[in-house]
Amino acid sequence: MPAAAAPIITCRDLTKVYRMGTQDVFALRGVDLDFIEGEMTAIMGPSGSGKSTLMNLIGALDVPTSGELTIRGRPLSKLTRDELADLRNETIGFVFQQFNLLHRASALTNVKLPLLYSRKPIADATARARECLEMVGLGDRMDHRPMQLSGGQQQRVAIARALAGRPSILLADEPTGALDTKTSEEIMDLLTGLSSEGITVILVTHEPEVAAYATRQIHFRDGQVERDERRST
Amino acid sequence: MKIGVALRSAIEALISNPLRSFLTMLGIMIGVASVMAMMAISEGAAKQVDEQIANLGASNLTIYPGASRRGPRSGGASSDQPFTDADVDLIRQEPFVTAVAARNSGSVTVISGQDNWSTNLYGTNTDYFITQSLNVSEGRFFDEREVNAGAAVAIIGKTVADSLFEGTNPVGQTIRANNVPLEIIGVLESRGASAGPGGDRDDVIIVPINTARNRITGGNPTVAKYVTGMEVGIAAGYDMTRAQEQLEDRLREIRRIQPGDTDDFRVFNIADFIRARSSTQATFGVLLAFTAAVSLIVGGVGVMNIMLVSVTERTREIGLRMAVGARGIDILGQFLAEALALCLLGGVIGSALGVGAANLAARLGEFPVEISPRIAIIAIGASAVIGLFFGFFPARQAARLNPIEALRHE
Repeated sequence: MPAAAAPIITCRDLTKVYRMGTQDVFALRGVDLDFIEGEMTAIMGPSGSGKSTLMNLIGALDVPTSGELTIRGRPLSKLTRDELADLRNETIGFVFQQFNLLHRASALTNVKLPLLYSRKPIADATARARECLEMVGLGDRMDHRPMQLSGGQQQRVAIARALAGRPSILLADEPTGALDTKTSEEIMDLLTGLSSEGITVILVTHEPEVAAYATRQIHFRDGQVERDERRST
Repeated sequence: MKIGVALRSAIEALISNPLRSFLTMLGIMIGVASVMAMMAISEGAAKQVDEQIANLGASNLTIYPGASRRGPRSGGASSDQPFTDADVDLIRQEPFVTAVAARNSGSVTVISGQDNWSTNLYGTNTDYFITQSLNVSEGRFFDEREVNAGAAVAIIGKTVADSLFEGTNPVGQTIRANNVPLEIIGVLESRGASAGPGGDRDDVIIVPINTARNRITGGNPTVAKYVTGMEVGIAAGYDMTRAQEQLEDRLREIRRIQPGDTDDFRVFNIADFIRARSSTQATFGVLLAFTAAVSLIVGGVGVMNIMLVSVTERTREIGLRMAVGARGIDILGQFLAEALALCLLGGVIGSALGVGAANLAARLGEFPVEISPRIAIIAIGASAVIGLFFGFFPARQAARLNPIEALRHE
């Protein structure tokens, strides 16, 4: 690995505590992790092990109870709500298990959504959205609504949406959780391809076949890293 | 996010639930419609008053003999010292006076051939044409020589002309007023029916004052050159109150009234009198409009209620928008735009309904309505303000959602 490659994401002593009634539940207990730019990482572990919590923290959707998280050297704890929103808009792309598409809107409009909130001037948002839909192989389904698409197609729309803002980090939380095996393979091939183009892909899964696409596998248990393995390529 | 984009997405959201959007708008629609109708009726009344004042001559003062009493006195004999032509000439010398119309009026029956007609007869001088801004549609006015000579000539209003000479030109014909033959020399231009004092302003016959008092109405047995009252035209731009005070001073001088004694005449401004009478009416109209405005606010509460429901229903959508980079202000703008679109649309439809209601009221109630674009703009603007005001709280609630909690919302 070249020495110059500073980690794009660093986690230091990351702790997240949820209050459930009178009890404190530790979702993360002092996690230290670095993520290298362009690497594809799978985070695995049983339910409640803290893997989704970590994803939400990296995605700037949630804030840690203690510890620090930096993205490209910027500590997230120093950012305002608006700066976090801009970070999600410009640097991070999300893919959810339940796709989370707008039902009323066409595939194209769904993909355009992040560009709508961009603070940077975008010459032609529609052209960019088209490009992204073609990238995921849905060039002929642009005007379809989510209900008119299969599960795999919907997830590809969601991936196109995540790519629209040209993010350097793509976070996928159980991206194949709602899909059958064949469709899952298509989606994973797509994500692997994005990783090889330099996008840092982090995905949460509990399926070993899905995790096998990643070059690095991190296993979580009880809010802590249990195992961190790199597969030689 | 751009305002145009926000508004378009707001309209799309409203169309996706048309029945709910319509019911929410209903409150605003009814509120705006009521405000519009009430204001139209109120303004209509105000405009009518202005027209009445303009008809009577906005820059005229009226003088009658008799001690000060409330309201204008009807003409006719008075026990107080009457006015004569001499007083008319003296008043006319005042520098701020442009014309003094002497009056000697009464009711007469006019006969032409087989037809007869009861109407109002005004005996007056040529200044009357100035103070009343009269014009003839046929023929001519009488002149000063005819006034002095008491010539047997008459100018008739359109109603009289239509009643006695349907279709034919009355000028040159002879009528008899209380059995006095008069040659018609002119027909007045129509001034239109008026709901104000005097009723039909075209139902009139005008003759030289000497003709009236010497031969038709009969003057005052004790005074020669008797004048029932005077209408004084005041120079344009001259302060009416000042003119009124100066006329009163001059009349006290002429009539030798000692300081401290009660005036035996009265100078008044008919415009003031009409304004006073109409102010009650106007207050009532404004009160009704305020009541209607309350219903507009109730409509706004309805909008807020639905917007809160909408925010709750769409919590996941809000979470997603935040996840892809929407700032709080973007979410705020989106929901404000929805509330604004609801209220604006309600305001526009409500305005149209209000115009319809006002016109219906005008037809059924036979009172004047005045629909000014100003009121429509105010009403629609008010509904926009209500949309922003009542939409703000739900929108702010949406904007303050935590992204991850919103995304997990079921």
